[in-house]
Amino acid sequence: MLDDFFIRALLVGIGMALVTGPLGCFVVWRRLSFFGDTLAHSALLGVTLSYTTEINMALSVFVISSIVALILLKLQKTTNLPSDALLGLLAHSSLAIGLVVIGLLATIRFDLMGLLFGDILAVNVNDIILVWIGGAIILIVLKIIWKPLFASTVNFELAEAEGMKPEKYNAIFTILLAAIIAISIKMVGLLLITGMLILPAAMARNISDNPMQMVIFSIIGGLLSVLIGLFASLEINTPSGPSIITAGLLLFILSLSRIKKKTQLNN
Amino acid sequence: MTQINNSLVKLENVGVFVNDKWLVKGVTFEINKGQIVTLIGPNGSGKTTTAKITLGLYKDIEGKVLKFTEKVAYVPQKISIDWTLPIRVNDFMNLTNTLTNDEIKDALEITGTPHLINKDLKSLSGGEFQRILMARAIAKKPELLVLDEPVQGVDFNGEIALYELIKKISDTLNCGILLISHNLHVVMSKTDHVVCLNGHVCCSGTPIDVANNEKYQEIFGKDISKILSVYEHSHDHIHKIDGSIEKKK
Repeated sequence: MLDDFFIRALLVGIGMALVTGPLGCFVVWRRLSFFGDTLAHSALLGVTLSYTTEINMALSVFVISSIVALILLKLQKTTNLPSDALLGLLAHSSLAIGLVVIGLLATIRFDLMGLLFGDILAVNVNDIILVWIGGAIILIVLKIIWKPLFASTVNFELAEAEGMKPEKYNAIFTILLAAIIAISIKMVGLLLITGMLILPAAMARNISDNPMQMVIFSIIGGLLSVLIGLFASLEINTPSGPSIITAGLLLFILSLSRIKKKTQLNN
Repeated sequence: MTQINNSLVKLENVGVFVNDKWLVKGVTFEINKGQIVTLIGPNGSGKTTTAKITLGLYKDIEGKVLKFTEKVAYVPQKISIDWTLPIRVNDFMNLTNTLTNDEIKDALEITGTPHLINKDLKSLSGGEFQRILMARAIAKKPELLVLDEPVQGVDFNGEIALYELIKKISDTLNCGILLISHNLHVVMSKTDHVVCLNGHVCCSGTPIDVANNEKYQEIFGKDISKILSVYEHSHDHIHKIDGSIEKKK
């Protein structure tokens, strides 16, 4: 069964959606969407690193993204620059360094488009294993740190005053983000991973009244996006990664009608 | 020796130096179980800073803070919650601990807000939100409770009732309370120990000591301090938290 490229793509997509759902909620709550982009851009550097040193791509992306995430946390504490300026600084410089390194490696040819937009239809069994095991680890860690992470998301000082150690859990969360980017870069590419994180969560926000509900809707939204996107890709031959994101956008647009009804009710 | 066992937190000559200036300096006091310590002082005198030092929110401080409890609850002066989060009162009550439904209901009952349990936090008024913050802190059954201007935005009757409540909490939970308030007249009669701040400790002691202290009178004016120090609660009725009045038996 796993011989079928479409089944493999479905399995990987479903595994990803299960993880990006809850992580994406935190990205939206914590206003980290640009942060996700920054990590994804820095992933390019990780990819080139894996080409030069021949270490596993997911691993090198994970390491580089984690380092960039931790540098950001450090800079936020030590400089007076606003977060968005720091993010821009890190995103563009890591992207630039990545491209410079690619230039230096002129002898090696690799598929830049594939890297930017991913190719979920080209995944192999190893990728499925990577997504499901990596995803399971991310979800387990997220479950463990849920309470303190959520408390520090609602209010940092309150969480710190009441002994929830928000700084530590923020750092763990950013590493989880680096991890999801590392395991999914091959499938949706570094330009679309933030879309996978944000779109289902944004859709879920429109139709939820409490945090748990939002997480569940976000997962459902991600799963639907993957299914719709992949079938569209199969039937009408559209590129798979962008199709998944477009499906997510359609779901978001549908969810807008629910907000309208709600505000009418409130009035 | 019992004194030592009762101690919850002890500040020894602490200060915070940020951006080339001392936010507060040379503060020493101790909070024991069952005791209400009140910080008073003009704006910018370092009350909130001192509360945050006590909570361990400043990493880089002068002096020493000895904390003997982990069960801390905090009602901050200002709290900003990002409205991208859909969060109900019920979820908020469970923010830093896990409570049973009954515990949540009881705490909301005490602050007169049980009807708000399923409301979105965003839809609350300032006064309602303040009571929810109090309810959340009480529900934790803390050993140390830090209240930074806990009654702002609450109407006057509710305010008195909330201060009565603070006294009651300290008696029933036997917890130590660090209270910051502008409303000296209400606060003074319920406090065990007052610390008057103005960038440093001006004076401290029992409410009467402080009220009679020259430095305190300099800061707040002699007339006001007199009125405040004689205020005692002698109504023949009780103002309940929801604003209704009940005759005393």
